[in-house]
Amino acid sequence: MVEAQALGPSLPVGALGRNSVGWLGMLCLIATEASLFAYLLFSYAYFGVRFGPSFLPTQHPSLLLAGPDTVILLMSSVAVWWGEKGASQGRRGRLLAGLGLAIALGVTFLIVQVFEWKAKTFSLTSSAYGSFYFTITGFHMAHVIVGLVILSVVFAWSAAGDFTRRRHEPVVISSAYWHFVDGVWLVVFATFYLAPYLLAAP
Amino acid sequence: MTAWESERRPSIVRVDGDFPGARLTRIWEIEPGFKGWLSSVDHKEIGKRYIITALIFLVLGGLEALVMRFQLAGPDRRVLTPEQYDQLFTMHGVTMIFLYAAPVLSGFSNYLWPLLLGSRDMAFPRLNALSYWVYLAAGLFMYAGFVTGQGPDDGWFNYVPYASRAFSPGINIDVYALGLILLGISTTVGSVNFVVSFLRTRAPGMSINRVPILTWGTLTASVANLLAVPSVSLAFFLLWMDRQFGTHFFGATEGQPLLWQHLFWMFGHPWVYAIVLPAMGMVSDALPTFCRRPLVGYTPVALSTVGTMALGFGVWVHHMFATGLPSLALSFFSGASLIITIPSAVAVFAWTATIWTGRPVIRTAFMFFASMIVLFVIGGVSGVMTASTPVDWQLTQTYFIVAHIHYVLIGINVFPVVGAVYYWFPKMTGRLLDERLGQLNFWTMFVGFNLGFMPMHLLGLMGMPRRIYTYGSGMGWGPMNMVVSLGSLLFAIGVLLLFINIAISLKRGRVAGPDPWGAPTLEWSIPSPPPPYNFAVIPTVESRHPLWEHWLKETPARSRLDEGLLLDRGRETIGTTALDGLPSLILEMPGDTIAPFALACGLAVTFTAALFHAWWIVGLGGAVVTASMVVWFWPQRVHSDMDKANG
Repeated sequence: MVEAQALGPSLPVGALGRNSVGWLGMLCLIATEASLFAYLLFSYAYFGVRFGPSFLPTQHPSLLLAGPDTVILLMSSVAVWWGEKGASQGRRGRLLAGLGLAIALGVTFLIVQVFEWKAKTFSLTSSAYGSFYFTITGFHMAHVIVGLVILSVVFAWSAAGDFTRRRHEPVVISSAYWHFVDGVWLVVFATFYLAPYLLAAP
Repeated sequence: MTAWESERRPSIVRVDGDFPGARLTRIWEIEPGFKGWLSSVDHKEIGKRYIITALIFLVLGGLEALVMRFQLAGPDRRVLTPEQYDQLFTMHGVTMIFLYAAPVLSGFSNYLWPLLLGSRDMAFPRLNALSYWVYLAAGLFMYAGFVTGQGPDDGWFNYVPYASRAFSPGINIDVYALGLILLGISTTVGSVNFVVSFLRTRAPGMSINRVPILTWGTLTASVANLLAVPSVSLAFFLLWMDRQFGTHFFGATEGQPLLWQHLFWMFGHPWVYAIVLPAMGMVSDALPTFCRRPLVGYTPVALSTVGTMALGFGVWVHHMFATGLPSLALSFFSGASLIITIPSAVAVFAWTATIWTGRPVIRTAFMFFASMIVLFVIGGVSGVMTASTPVDWQLTQTYFIVAHIHYVLIGINVFPVVGAVYYWFPKMTGRLLDERLGQLNFWTMFVGFNLGFMPMHLLGLMGMPRRIYTYGSGMGWGPMNMVVSLGSLLFAIGVLLLFINIAISLKRGRVAGPDPWGAPTLEWSIPSPPPPYNFAVIPTVESRHPLWEHWLKETPARSRLDEGLLLDRGRETIGTTALDGLPSLILEMPGDTIAPFALACGLAVTFTAALFHAWWIVGLGGAVVTASMVVWFWPQRVHSDMDKANG
């Protein structure tokens, strides 16, 4: 055995939270997913421009379900954030409560979305608008489902005691994904539910 | 060793014989046997698999081209039916553009990046394995369609409405749609890996103005892929929805057929740069070795690499000049397409100046790199011509465009890649390729290529349209087409010589040693082929040319290559800061695992089942994907220092 000549600088071992490669990987994933939604909404806007006002349904979308549902989804983001803060303070109960609440709110969002879909008078194949509405909101729902699966797995790992106050980057990374899923809904919601009120006469 | 230790001061040691290599080999080497082979996450192993697979697709795509050239060698030849010809030219394009040109560069980058950057692996070794397996699955998926007569048959750009169900009722287009979405997953995860590896896994001291140009090229291409690939994946998904579920995206009455072209080319044009910029990077790194001087204009070349790509996002409409868009749009995109020549030309001048002011050593690799400059200029000039709208109106859909795309893609991708094979083959195998056969290889390819593709410019000007399966004798195109076909055959023989050279040299080639070329960069400081752990100690870099410092004498500082951090408590490498390359953490690298392979199998099952609407199998595949990911990301067991859930 050859003796060490010196010691290098004191370095943290393993990736920590936002210092981890996994965090950067998640940011890249979010960038590419955000591009996907940008192309979806670009395509929708392209139709709107090419067809003019006749592209939209004659009736403006009802905010009765979608409005509160948006609030529910945003609250789930807050819950994840609150739980994540708990993890960095070493409070596992708060972490589990935050994740659990976020999952419950996310599931509620999905259930309300199903009712919202059922209340629509158009379908996936009835018109170009219908194709876009169900495809884009469907894409978003798929992302919510993926996010819920991720949060559930992280919830299970948290409950099993797999994380420490210092090292819980799966919590940090998966909550970033959840915030993205919630953030992109705001854009989808604004496009389908709010823009018609601003841009087209009722 | 305690897992989850928080801080450590790693020892600095000097390499001494087997120390610390013997211990690192035990930590890093691949488990023997088939399972070990399937589970490997070693970037060198994955890089080689990528290169070999891509070269196999190059051969397949080349054979498809030869069959077409056999048909077109003279007028009124009908060896192939129109339907067969459609599948052949489509699969030729799909194969070359998607299954060869990009993956072969991913292969070189996968193999070379950690060696160039002084690291022990990529940032996400498992993602690397996934990227390869999904690429392989997508290639097999599309070729399974092709060999059963159900391959894509509407050109690689797959324009609607011809690709819609009304005009193309078979599953051919669905094979292409799902296959390309699957391939997009591979490209995306690979790109994530390159971006993060660039940001975090460079050797201490390797600030971003010291990285090899290849890493700039691949980084730029990867960022572009992250932003552009969703466009084409989405286009194909919407088309699949139209075809299978009756949505109204691209139909002629209720949809917008032209949206297809927008989405396709918003992806397609950045993609063209993604499949040439890393190849240009390889030339920028390897050409100076043979010129015995550093690259002229490192900074302008690096900046123009990024600049070309940034502009590359704003030129897609030049593929659509003939679609009746408003003249304002045509003018804007024509202007942008002319301007993009400026950053593209920077590298050309830099390479020329490097040769001019250097003392070139004429080896086969040099010949391929230097000739690439010529071919790039020819392809670039025909590109500038078609950037002008009125010229494009005259030339679009003719063989002139075929000539242009082949000068660009063969010139800036195939020639650098073959040069790179000659240059890095000794690093990968420990043996040099034969030089005499190499010279023959080069001249056959170079003469064959120009003989085969130069006359296409004239055929285009004479009005010969692309994609026709035959032509009448009265058109007068026969003699020149014969020249094209013979040139293509000669070019193919040239490619064959490369494989012959590889086959011979693998066994009988001259032993290379660590640095056969007297090259400047880190990969040549370690044995050929490199040990499983790459670097016994983590090198510290003080310049762009760590191995040339002793005679360049640019600065008094010297890189330290055989003395550095000993990271040997499991698979470890150094993590550095994004800009300055200062050590910031010790990265714990994951071990070999079957999870990426299982995940890729799950995806392949899912996509195949979706093709046939077997939804319960789709669900099964999805379950495999989910389970693989859970296993993949399973955290290490720890003694949690958090309070109990009820506390």
